[in-house]
Amino acid sequence: MKHKTFFWFILPTFLAMFVFIFLPIISTVLQSIHTPHDKILMTTENCDPFGCKQVTSLDHDAINNLKRNEPLGKFVGLEIYFDRGHLAIKNVNKLWQNNDSVSQFLSSLYDLPFYKALFFTLTFTFTVTPIMLILGFLIALAVNNINQKLRGMVIFFSLLPMIVTPLIGSIILFWMIDSRGIIGTFIQWIFNDPFLSLKASTLLTWIMLIVYGVWHAIPFSFIVFYAGLQTVPKDQIESARIDGASKFQEIIYITLPHLIPLITFVTLIQLMDNFRVFEPIVGFNAEAHATSLSWIIFNDLGGETRQLSSAASSSILTILGVSILLLPILIRTWKDFYIKK
Amino acid sequence: MEGFLYKKMIKNFKIDSIFIYLLIFLWLTIASFPFMWTFWGSFKVELDFFSITNWYNAVVGKNTFETYETNFTGTGYIGAWVQEEFWRSFLNSAIVCFFVVITSLTIGTLGAYALSRSNYKYTFWLLIVALIFRAMPPITLVAGYLPAFFEWNIWGILPTTIIVLVAINQPFTLWMLYSFFLKIPKELDESAKVDGCTQFQAFRYVIIPVMWPGVITAGLFSFLLAYNDFAVTSLLLSDENRTMIPKIAAFLGTTYTEGNIMFAVAAVISATIPLFLLVMFFQKKIVSGLVQGAVKG
Repeated sequence: MKHKTFFWFILPTFLAMFVFIFLPIISTVLQSIHTPHDKILMTTENCDPFGCKQVTSLDHDAINNLKRNEPLGKFVGLEIYFDRGHLAIKNVNKLWQNNDSVSQFLSSLYDLPFYKALFFTLTFTFTVTPIMLILGFLIALAVNNINQKLRGMVIFFSLLPMIVTPLIGSIILFWMIDSRGIIGTFIQWIFNDPFLSLKASTLLTWIMLIVYGVWHAIPFSFIVFYAGLQTVPKDQIESARIDGASKFQEIIYITLPHLIPLITFVTLIQLMDNFRVFEPIVGFNAEAHATSLSWIIFNDLGGETRQLSSAASSSILTILGVSILLLPILIRTWKDFYIKK
Repeated sequence: MEGFLYKKMIKNFKIDSIFIYLLIFLWLTIASFPFMWTFWGSFKVELDFFSITNWYNAVVGKNTFETYETNFTGTGYIGAWVQEEFWRSFLNSAIVCFFVVITSLTIGTLGAYALSRSNYKYTFWLLIVALIFRAMPPITLVAGYLPAFFEWNIWGILPTTIIVLVAINQPFTLWMLYSFFLKIPKELDESAKVDGCTQFQAFRYVIIPVMWPGVITAGLFSFLLAYNDFAVTSLLLSDENRTMIPKIAAFLGTTYTEGNIMFAVAAVISATIPLFLLVMFFQKKIVSGLVQGAVKG
């Protein structure tokens, strides 16, 4: 395709992404290194027949002037990144010196809001991803072995947890694990403790969120792996059987190697999607026990006072986090592309 | 010999099949029971659905019967749709989804077609940039939108949100349609060009007639993204323009305090039913979409 034709075809989508993805990133970077201007006060003397008084008021002219000259606000460099709400360099330094063991250090680090969110986000990402891969693979294996006629129905019901709106899915589960809900009641009955509440403890809240995450993500790996299983070469399996391989060996030595590209793909997508975990925290009303990077951005942006600079810094840190997470995979894609050439 | 095989089959059936069917039954229960339970419960009163005395009340509707003399009541739905004006959010969602799907498919198809028919280096870099954009959580962009939207006075209205959702959608749509167009043989439009068509005419008369399966699949995923979004829509829409999901989130706060939690349950079920129908009618397309991305990678 000629450069010119290509240009006109790609223009609309390019413009959409440039204006609403690229420029906002630039704007976010700029906002993260500026804060709103300080209020400028002026003192004037008001004189009336009874004497003179000193009155302090906002100097609107000066403020407007300043806003016109520096519309982004006051330049503060990386100050917001290093403050207590974000990387908290000073506090971290102090904690590092005051705590003797690493575990003690980590647990006091957890009291800082950004690190608290980071801990949960990473824990969520790195527990949900492997669990959903394994369970999705097991279900795919199972479905591959049942009656052909049943498979359509199984796939239909399997899709529901993934297709449902994340916020709605988490609310539905939240109502069920409520101490008056059916799962909540069931758990109380198992542990014989009528006051057991999943919402009260941090550990149980984390487990609950991870269970939700797995529930929501299994269908994806299941569907992809199930499709992959249809393409496993039959002759290889047959010759393995003739050589006396067990079912287990068959899976380890033939099926799994065949699925490796799919496993990489699902892992890539899941790392991206789990890193942005947000809706379940709102749905489960769990912010007292678990916050995520996306949640702290949302929290800064919502409500009466929109703290744009703080949200912008968190956003940039989150983007950096995603980049680090995906860098190995991006490098591999890049290498593949050049090796193929 | 045959007897031996038969015995072996019986043995295999016992060990493997029972385990397999058990696993599948367990998974299907976990996957679908929450929806059935909440659907059933949405026709009950709060004292039944959130029963302190006996969970069985939610099944038979004991308190529902005492209040309304019938085991099923639509009061939750009437409260949500009429009293809390959920129909307004439903309408907003419908408008947003319709325009997001139409727009992102139009510009996405053109772009993806160009990407699939060009071999220059910049094609690869555009695709990599799209992949990077796809990886970024959409909420990280909102801080970038807000000052500009306030400045130009376009915050809170549906068109702004539609354009933003289209843009957020593009990386994914581009990748999906790109891998689809790669599968349409280049010779088709090449030969049209030999016959004297321009590139656009070749696209219009040769590619458009055969692209619908892929486009419908991509459209389904655009729809899901627009329909399911909570973070972006709730930050970009004013209260009266809310779509269903932000409205439900707002519901939760108010209905808990007012004791109208069954309104929220009814709203949640109302917002799930369209998705349920979508899976029912487009199951094959959704599956092929998920797999398509995987095969191309």
